[in-house]
Amino acid sequence: MPKFAVIVFPGTNCDFETERAIRKAGGEAERIWYRESLKDFDGVILPGGFSYADYLRAGAIAARQEIMEEVKELSKEGKPVLGICNGFQILTESGLLPGALRPNRIPRFICKWVHLRVVDTETAFTSLYEPGEVIRMPIAHAEGNYYANDLSKVRITFQYSDGNGEIIEDANPNGSLLNIAGISNEKGNVLGMMPHPERASDRWLGGEDGLRVFSSMIEYAKR
Amino acid sequence: MRWEVRVTVRLKEGLNDPEGRVIESALRNLGYAVENLKVPKYFEFELESDNPEREVEEMCRRLLANPVIHTYEYRIEKVS
Repeated sequence: MPKFAVIVFPGTNCDFETERAIRKAGGEAERIWYRESLKDFDGVILPGGFSYADYLRAGAIAARQEIMEEVKELSKEGKPVLGICNGFQILTESGLLPGALRPNRIPRFICKWVHLRVVDTETAFTSLYEPGEVIRMPIAHAEGNYYANDLSKVRITFQYSDGNGEIIEDANPNGSLLNIAGISNEKGNVLGMMPHPERASDRWLGGEDGLRVFSSMIEYAKR
Repeated sequence: MRWEVRVTVRLKEGLNDPEGRVIESALRNLGYAVENLKVPKYFEFELESDNPEREVEEMCRRLLANPVIHTYEYRIEKVS
């Protein structure tokens, strides 16, 4: 059974939920303190939270820790690397994904359920979704406003949409370019997303649309 | 040699600065005709180095600024 590392930095706070969601999806998971090593894992998840209290810029300091060199190695080997919320910020800050996450258009913390359209099902994390499928997940962030100088190189995975899958400005919670909620690298084995799939992984949480992010990743790691 | 360094990191021209916009509108509400308010980040520190130019440039590129969205400038002076 594929085994995933859930990396914990000082200030990470979604590690237990993420670990639990991976197990529910049928994988093994272990929480790893950022000073430990990443050997013998089939993939890595950078969970949500407030690493280093979001000082300087969200994700900036975590992105420069030594363990991220190991994450880069792992990604080069084609293993899945998933960054959720603060994890997405860490992935852009470390250069594993293009662009940057800026403070929300209205500078405050947003916590609510949103609709997403699954744009790209050819990634390690979305193969079990239907192309164009509309799903629901919660967001919870203050810096989720995606920006890139050159969008032609950005592989969009999820976009904020209305309940019918229309990509409209009203459905954009934070000012992200093109309503971007998640992107992947060119190979599709590194994905960053602002919404929290682990918080949408059980019916009693309000929905389980997020679970397939983890089960797709597990399927991918089995190959 | 010991140096005193002052680094300013700014959002690139044309990028929206939400914090700046809120402060600007608060000032306008107080009756001041403020426009184009920006909130740069400012760092000051002392540095022991034989090549402060190179090191400060490197610090800006590696951590203090995010080249996707920021420009930066710095002043380096010898500690007297």
